[in-house]
Amino acid sequence: MGKNEMEAVLMSGNEACVEGALLAGINFFAGYPITPSTEIAEGLARRLPRVGGKFIQMEDEIASMAAVAGAALAGAKAMTATSGPGFSLKQENIGFAAATEIPCVVVNVQRFGPSTGLPTSPSQADIMQARWGTHGDHPAIALMPASVQESLSLTITAFNLAEEFRTPVILLMDEIIGHMREGIVIPQKGEYVIKNRTKPTVPPEDYLPYAAGPNEVPPMANFGDGYRFHVTGLIHDETGFPRGRGSDGDYLVRRLINKVMSRLEEILMVEEIGMEDAELAVVACGPVARSAKKAIAMARELGIKAGLVRPITIWPFPEDAIKVAAKKVDAIIVPELNLGQMALEVERNACGDAPVYRLNRVDAELITPDEILAKIQEVK
Amino acid sequence: MATKELLKEYTRMDKLPHIWCPGCGHGIILGSVIRAIDRQKLDPNKTSVISGIGCSGRAPGYVKFDTLHTTHGRALAFATGVKLARPELNVIVLTGDGDCAAIGGNHLIHAARRNIDVTTVVFNNYIYGMTSGQYSPLTPHMKLATTAPYGNIDQSFDLCKLVTAAGATYVARGTVYHTQMLIGLIAEGIAHKGFSFIEVITHCPTYYGRRNKMGDAVDMLNWQKEHAIPVKAAAKLPPEKLKGKFVIGELHRSEGPEYTEEYQRIIDSLKRE
Repeated sequence: MGKNEMEAVLMSGNEACVEGALLAGINFFAGYPITPSTEIAEGLARRLPRVGGKFIQMEDEIASMAAVAGAALAGAKAMTATSGPGFSLKQENIGFAAATEIPCVVVNVQRFGPSTGLPTSPSQADIMQARWGTHGDHPAIALMPASVQESLSLTITAFNLAEEFRTPVILLMDEIIGHMREGIVIPQKGEYVIKNRTKPTVPPEDYLPYAAGPNEVPPMANFGDGYRFHVTGLIHDETGFPRGRGSDGDYLVRRLINKVMSRLEEILMVEEIGMEDAELAVVACGPVARSAKKAIAMARELGIKAGLVRPITIWPFPEDAIKVAAKKVDAIIVPELNLGQMALEVERNACGDAPVYRLNRVDAELITPDEILAKIQEVK
Repeated sequence: MATKELLKEYTRMDKLPHIWCPGCGHGIILGSVIRAIDRQKLDPNKTSVISGIGCSGRAPGYVKFDTLHTTHGRALAFATGVKLARPELNVIVLTGDGDCAAIGGNHLIHAARRNIDVTTVVFNNYIYGMTSGQYSPLTPHMKLATTAPYGNIDQSFDLCKLVTAAGATYVARGTVYHTQMLIGLIAEGIAHKGFSFIEVITHCPTYYGRRNKMGDAVDMLNWQKEHAIPVKAAAKLPPEKLKGKFVIGELHRSEGPEYTEEYQRIIDSLKRE
């Protein structure tokens, strides 16, 4: 490795997402222009054809999610990127991909809502939409980067989880991380892991496209590989065909959820700082965790033993990390850029073992370390 | 190939009989698609058949290809992803009048505009059949539907003109009455490089015919025979003679750059840099 390659390069979170996607092996992107995610589409429009991949700007958000699912079914590693209103529009086809187990990555650079809102301002108000945005019971995996470096690394992770679990994975960025510039190091080959979907090993005539192995994830053939199988958003049995039976629904919905929930150790990522001796915990994610990190350092200077729990995987929610923290500390503070979405999960998992205090801003500004510190002092 | 052999070769026999009502024309369209595929000797392993939601949406489930039954109206958007990701695949979209002209209308005009090499066959029965008889953008003026109990005041689309204007390079209309012509039109559409569009006039005796007093399936087939004017004959007729009729045959053919080839051209030019 040359010296130059080790040097940090300055880029935004959106640009880092592009780099991460390319390292992960993306070869298809479909999108629609929307602030503040557009730089991801622009970057991939430039870069993908240079590596033999395909970029397409579709007629709308719905179509771009559909094209991503179609491309992934034809074997591509496919991604789309959007923001707020666009994320809402994509939900039906995210549900289709979840139900039909099509691996793909959906980046949502969260912006201030509801509706058109403040398009260039940050928010964390899509946390619940990332979990429950599409109708019906379904699995959800969503990751929240807190830095530009992490925007790159979590994009790779998102592709890997999508391939491994055959499900759409949401990279839940936000305007701050998306547009913030930081020096990052682009990892070299061998410094990151790439995972690919499991292919069927049986001949086409024996292939049951939705027969799950012990890990609940069925091997996936590509369209055009001779397997000639059927994919439908209707409840289907292991052959892939609908039979209109409630029992098939029971089996499928439970399996879809279980394939994710039974392997949490492979999905859950949590950063903890100072939790060994913490008497008070701040639970924060994304850019708010940066303020929280500073705030707990300031608190410790004042003699308050504060700690940070940062869910990197926001869905499935890292329940155990909160349960353990709640048993340990006297109070939990949940600062977030919404009126309390992650707080609902924290409150649920604290099980009353520690009181949970909310700290919310919905005025298009980031919560500052001082504000978190003031809350720490107030509840301590 | 005889019908029995065609069935064996191309259909998922264990999925038959199909779910369509007695007298429905959809089976004739699907049979014509199969015969057109057979005529063009498409490699079944390299052929994807994609649909949206509605009665037409169930068609791919009966044929032995890679088949994808997508969300309502989005078949062409999914198909665009499949085709662009793997341009060597033959991609055929089977859709309905509600699926492609209402909820999927945007995808239809943009797929046509891109001239992507996808063959689209519209099962136009003038009604939402799966949901039991609501009016679609192709339901004629003042016809009855469950959601137009006093007559449909909407004006209907001429889909063939729409996609021609949008940039489709092969456009045809057929009926389930004129089956030999229909097979030929679909086969031509499959052979054509670029966006091919075939509107097929079919009948829904259950939810459209009965409500509009059009008789049974045979009466409705006869209606198609009586109201269809072949394109050559239509060219010689004054406009007043075409009123209330529709033109069948190849309506438009042109040459234009095909989308996936254009993209490949970009990839190749960057390689040379």
